[in-house]
Amino acid sequence: MFDFISFIPRAVVQGIPLLLGSTGETLTEKSGNLNLGIPGIMYVGGISGVIGSFFYEQSVETVQPFAAIAIPLACCILGSLLMGLLYCFLTVTLRANQNVTGLALTTFGVGFGNFFGGSLIKLSGSSLPSVILSATSNCFRRSLPAAEKLGAFGKLFLSYGFLAYVAVIIALVSAWVINRTRVGLHLRAVGENPNTADAAGINVSRYKYVATCTGAVIAGLGGLYYVMDYASGVWTNDAFGDRGWLAIALVIFTVWRPNVGVLASFLFGGLYIVHMYIPSGMNLAVKELYKMAPYVVTTIVLVLTSMRNKRENQPPASLGLPYFREER
Amino acid sequence: MEEKIPAVTMRDITKSFGSVIANDRIWLNIYRGEVLALLGENGSGKTTLMNMLSGIYFPDEGQISIDGRDVVIRSPRDALDLGIGMIHQHFKLVDVLTAAENIVLGLEGKLDLKAAAEKIRGICETYGFEVDPNQKIYDMSVSQKQTVEIVKVLYRGADILILDEPTAVLTPQETDRLFTVLRNMRDDGKAIVIITHKMHEVEAISDRVAILRHGQFMGDMPTKDTNAQEMTNMMVGHQVALNIDRPEPVDPKLRIRVKGLTVRSVDGILKLDDVSFTANSGEILGVAGISGCGQKELLEAIAGLQPVEKGSIEYLKDDGTAEQLVGRDPLSIQQMGVALSFVPEDRLGMGLVANMDLSDNMMLRSFRRGHSLFTDRKTPRQLALDVVEELRVVTPGVSTPVRRLSGGNVQKVLVGREIASAPTVLLTAYAVRGLDINSSHTIYDLINRQKKAGVAVIYVGEDLDVLLELADRILVLCGGKVSGIIPGRGAQKRDVGMMMTKLGGNAHEQ
Repeated sequence: MFDFISFIPRAVVQGIPLLLGSTGETLTEKSGNLNLGIPGIMYVGGISGVIGSFFYEQSVETVQPFAAIAIPLACCILGSLLMGLLYCFLTVTLRANQNVTGLALTTFGVGFGNFFGGSLIKLSGSSLPSVILSATSNCFRRSLPAAEKLGAFGKLFLSYGFLAYVAVIIALVSAWVINRTRVGLHLRAVGENPNTADAAGINVSRYKYVATCTGAVIAGLGGLYYVMDYASGVWTNDAFGDRGWLAIALVIFTVWRPNVGVLASFLFGGLYIVHMYIPSGMNLAVKELYKMAPYVVTTIVLVLTSMRNKRENQPPASLGLPYFREER
Repeated sequence: MEEKIPAVTMRDITKSFGSVIANDRIWLNIYRGEVLALLGENGSGKTTLMNMLSGIYFPDEGQISIDGRDVVIRSPRDALDLGIGMIHQHFKLVDVLTAAENIVLGLEGKLDLKAAAEKIRGICETYGFEVDPNQKIYDMSVSQKQTVEIVKVLYRGADILILDEPTAVLTPQETDRLFTVLRNMRDDGKAIVIITHKMHEVEAISDRVAILRHGQFMGDMPTKDTNAQEMTNMMVGHQVALNIDRPEPVDPKLRIRVKGLTVRSVDGILKLDDVSFTANSGEILGVAGISGCGQKELLEAIAGLQPVEKGSIEYLKDDGTAEQLVGRDPLSIQQMGVALSFVPEDRLGMGLVANMDLSDNMMLRSFRRGHSLFTDRKTPRQLALDVVEELRVVTPGVSTPVRRLSGGNVQKVLVGREIASAPTVLLTAYAVRGLDINSSHTIYDLINRQKKAGVAVIYVGEDLDVLLELADRILVLCGGKVSGIIPGRGAQKRDVGMMMTKLGGNAHEQ
């Protein structure tokens, strides 16, 4: 019998980094910026938090829960915000090619993370190739005390660290802002047709900057959640893997709807780990096939969304294009 | 008559772009309860002047007053705050949003689409528009989109409306509807400026006409005190013959024979249904019809760009032998002497590459010729120079990208190139779309010259008046079917208009 009670919470914690990453990317893409730097930004978000908490843990005897959360959080936000600003400056102000800029930021972010990750491992003098921040992680992972007592319900709904709930709230709020508020309407107009938005008196550059930087910060939180909660505060170089790309795939999967992203990310998280739950005996080759699941599903969804010709399900019309008012 | 206070006074307005003076000390008064037609050739500065009023450009010199009060207009928002709204030639609408969402775009405050829809319905009732606030823009026809644009400025409380060539993309029926609405708004005390270069529209709608020429103000007068000839002369600066030449066809020979042509679009919609006609050499066959009735598909089918479901298209050589065109590829059809010059709504979409310069665009037709590994660049360059010289294309040089040229000049390049390939059949659609009267006549002359040289011309036009004057025979399409083929000489506009809207017109009733 497939063990749903233990499988679902694992799928959820797998899904949360993807959810944050894809919510961030959706906001960014709604403004017409195709930020392929998301994997790098999530990486930078993670390592920034690690750097902050590493020095905090080193400098005090016993960690204060509030500071242990606030310091890495602030570092993570700052790190990913700077990445978002860099992307905006290059693509909005200087009108550089968005694909090239994004890919460069990903390469940069991964290199940045591995460089400082390696330095911290050296500093900590650990024999393992990892930085271990158990005290901080315990603060991040603390769940409601009631979770233990409520059995299956508690395990399924209450057993997560606070960032998981924040992620879901951010996704739902983003969806509400995009679809129901004036700011969201303006944002969609900017992503669809910046010329029109400009003529309507909307500050196109400002919307692009704000949406992209907010998106970068949200995605960065995904990196932080991964290290502090999912990986129990253990930073190992390259352990984050290709979750950043999955987050971008998830944007297409959810047809640019963060509210859909909540369930879709859990599904992706489940697909990501399903190979551990399916008994495959000694045949390791079969396990490798199961590991393909998220990528196969993404490919199928891409084919399906391209075939459905509904205009609402298409990417923002000016996605990836720089906006220049005087261009004819 | 009592002295009215102008809603807008523009005094000594000057605007230059680089070394080009677009507006040179222009004085203009706009009154409420009046439709003012702003008339001028392409590039005479009409749109520039109005763009300054609507806050898109800022004048170098001069003063604008609204209701006798001096104002400074820095942005479109400033203009809207003063009650000035402009409907641009290219619609500024977001396709995936609904009409209501587009209309409230850029406004402040809480988003309440229900209240907005209520207000939109109110505006529609007042002036006789038909807009469904919840309809998406991509589901709308051109005229519906234009209506949304007009409602958009009214929603923002504009009482001075500027329409930049609003009829360029409308059918005659839609134009009539627009004019009815404009009259309603005028009677409501709004000031309306309409930029156009169609004389009969000026006469139909405007109360007063103001004329610009080469950036200078030539004068204004009540429309009823003037006539088309006088206005044209003021606009162009010299005497222009307004009637279009129509020489008798010389030795017409059967050139193209279309039988039972049926074409379906990719989505399976029937675009042409059992169309049969012939085209003769030395003759202009005009094609009339409400836009989207299969004109495009007809030309493309002949040029080999549309898959044909049924029917035949035959090309008859001088010796009388017939060649089937259906099933041939566009290249070999072109080599037989069939040239297509199609000017789409955005003017550039087909035939020219916007980012390439004039001579490279000429090369698009000739690059296959020649036998060496390298392309021949000299001949196309010479051709570009010839076209520029002969058609008086206004361009800094032949190495300027086509997108920098104004619409009229782009069209001259396109038509010039097609004619230069010495075709035996010239297919042309909307060749004068958006062109002023002078440039239009240059194009008509070009087409007539081809006709005299024995070319079979198939001319798809949107301006019925021109078709009636230019074409030897008129093929009227209605919903993809042939509604009738009538001789151009003596054809009545009313009859053709009826045939456009109803198969066979009212011939059956009489």
